[in-house]
Amino acid sequence: MTKAIEAINISKVYSNGVKALENVTFSVEKGESCSIIGPSGCGKTTLLFIFSGILKPTTGKVLIDGSEIDKPRNTALILQDFGLFPWKTVYENVCLGLKIRGVEKNKQKKIVEKLLKDLGLQDFRNSYPKELSGGMQQRVAIARALALNPEIMLMDEPFSSLDALTREKLQNFLLELQNKDSITTVLVTHNIEEAVFLGKKIVILSPRPGKVVKIIDNEEMGDVEYRNKKGFFEKCREVRKSISLVI
Amino acid sequence: MSGSEKKHKLSYLIAALILIIVWNAVSCLINSPAIPNPYVVFLSFTQQLKQDLPQHFLISAYRVIYSILLALSLAIPIGLSAHEKRIDSFVAPFIYLLYPIPHIVFLPLIILFFGIGDLSKIILIALIVFFQILVTTRDAARSVNEYYIYSLLSLGATKKDIYKHVVFPFVLPKILTALRIGVGTAIAVLFFAESFATNEGLGHLIVDSWDRADYPSLYAGIVSMALLGFILYSILEFVEKRVCRWM
Repeated sequence: MTKAIEAINISKVYSNGVKALENVTFSVEKGESCSIIGPSGCGKTTLLFIFSGILKPTTGKVLIDGSEIDKPRNTALILQDFGLFPWKTVYENVCLGLKIRGVEKNKQKKIVEKLLKDLGLQDFRNSYPKELSGGMQQRVAIARALALNPEIMLMDEPFSSLDALTREKLQNFLLELQNKDSITTVLVTHNIEEAVFLGKKIVILSPRPGKVVKIIDNEEMGDVEYRNKKGFFEKCREVRKSISLVI
Repeated sequence: MSGSEKKHKLSYLIAALILIIVWNAVSCLINSPAIPNPYVVFLSFTQQLKQDLPQHFLISAYRVIYSILLALSLAIPIGLSAHEKRIDSFVAPFIYLLYPIPHIVFLPLIILFFGIGDLSKIILIALIVFFQILVTTRDAARSVNEYYIYSLLSLGATKKDIYKHVVFPFVLPKILTALRIGVGTAIAVLFFAESFATNEGLGHLIVDSWDRADYPSLYAGIVSMALLGFILYSILEFVEKRVCRWM
């Protein structure tokens, strides 16, 4: 299998001296889903920003599809908050990436209309984000990411501000999406169940500066029913144990 | 929606009615030609409408609108550019030093350089409003959450896109608020600027009627000036409602 993302020995030191990441090395295969879990402030978000090309690592390098990145590529980034623009309607938000990339108006419309329909958002196209529930908002954020037909989807705690039921629903939704489109996904979370449910590969980071503590394979995932299986709980326990060793 | 709108309008009508009643009561109590009752003023106002009041009104409106446009066209680009830290660190000290000065004291200099015509009046008003809008715009431009920008960058945005889709829409409501405050200031300065060296404008009408102790005419001028402020304020509110639906 080819590698979609390859992080080779990356470290990141911010200009104010904060060391966010230290010698992080791991890779994500094409079409694979990877969860990154670690305590708050362990540089998880920084790592995503590096993968998306917004930030540059201080040392080390990141290969996307085998080549080094110099500017944002065909990756989609979904943030916990501040991802959607409150001054744009649902339609405008979903359309934004296409607009920026200069996609023709008619084509924009076609893509966005289909996505809104697929994600059950068509009745809200003219609503503003504040008029939607948290779960709905994140669905819009996912729609916007998908509009660009990305090869890689990077998600920074996308569901952490949602209530438990909505969260589960969206996790299922995301899982089905992964299974259907096999987009490479990297999901940052601090929720163990979420990491296990959605990650075929689970990368555990240490507190700041973030280092890779352990990489756990999770071959059994991929089914909505996984949540109720014995293997799921055992995997959660394994992850919890590894995390408790570093905190 | 239309029901609450109707109620809204009704409450304004009631407020206006109460003001007129209070005015009438004060006029009866004091019983001086310096405070004519509303009816006398209304008669004088309608009579003056047939004479040169409309012309004074239009000239004042022209001066104040041009001043505001001039102030906006300078304050917005400079204020927005404060979003760039490098530019802001250059501009900020100038604002800090120049803003607290009562700019009206520059009047003699302005007249010296630009003569006693309309241009001087427009520049004086613009100068004062400029700083009010600049300070607000700058503060807002600096407070744009960087995650909005990361989110946009991940879509492949250029610098121009950032201003177009994030900084400007974020700052716009604040500019409009500053403008509403600025309109009040602008008309106050307009009165001052029209109180000398001109034969036209509402300020002139008021001062001239005052000299002649022509109180009904004086009040007609005051009412017109109030009306000018009210109209500009209403326009801004209308624009704000339209543009800031998302808030």
